Amino acid sequence: MANKYVTDEVRKQIGMQSEARVVEVERGAIRRFAEAIGDPNPLFNDEAAARKTRFGGMIAPPTFCRSLGAAIPEIKIGMGEFRGLDGGSEWEYFEPIRPGDRISVVSKIADIRESAGRLGAMVFITVETSYTNHYNQLCALQRSTVIRY
Amino acid sequence: MAKQTYWEDLETGSEVPALEKNPTTQQLVKYAGASGDFYQIHYDKDFALNNSLPGVILHGALKNGFLGQMMSNFAGHEGWLRKLAVQYRGMDQPGSKVVCKGKVVKKYAEGRDHLVDCEIWLENAKGEKTTIGSATVILPSREGVPA
Repeated sequence: MANKYVTDEVRKQIGMQSEARVVEVERGAIRRFAEAIGDPNPLFNDEAAARKTRFGGMIAPPTFCRSLGAAIPEIKIGMGEFRGLDGGSEWEYFEPIRPGDRISVVSKIADIRESAGRLGAMVFITVETSYTNHYNQLCALQRSTVIRY
Repeated sequence: MAKQTYWEDLETGSEVPALEKNPTTQQLVKYAGASGDFYQIHYDKDFALNNSLPGVILHGALKNGFLGQMMSNFAGHEGWLRKLAVQYRGMDQPGSKVVCKGKVVKKYAEGRDHLVDCEIWLENAKGEKTTIGSATVILPSREGVPA
């Protein structure tokens, strides 16, 4: 069956990429994020304790990148009014993120597909976001799927 | 901080130490502030009810954060969480406990790294898996790094 919303024209937006956003990581933001999750791990909370580890200082918890704000390219899908759902995320971690890092955030549309669900046609948009530090080291990759229905 | 887990301590089927969380509406507000996700379904009860929800619900990303906490604890200060994936299957509301759990499904070496793959999930108080996922952790080896 032909897709209702995700036409060839809509799929041409796959690959669209945002401008890089650069965000400076504040120590307090790391602590507040860990506190919001309720994660007392000294690596994320206590500089003196973290210095004694192989990391040599505080680092950010695994999902901290969420607070850096994604720069998701705006895509056009002729859906009129729709509701959104967070489908999930896949993370890969390469280098720790540290206080003072300037992280460059770039998002691109990795996939747009459609399937017929209980609630009618559902559109799945996969966004891939890279987080790179000011030494040009890739720290994390995130692939997230949002569902519109 | 629990004591360091070594790669040799684990086998397929080994359990990841569970993490119980008791999220409150206050925690959702803190998470909204810390993450910048201000969608009202997470802190405005009237807004949530008007959106056919049973009340305010946990951010999926917060549940992702809970599972990240469990897995970075498991990796310890000597290990490294290499991959973390979550899929949301159901809603959770504050005022009710959730428990993160996991188990090792694969143990292997790759290059110089000693790794385990884990199946992970988050259960509600009824034991239903409202978030499922997987994780890969690099762990220290008692035999040191292979040459």
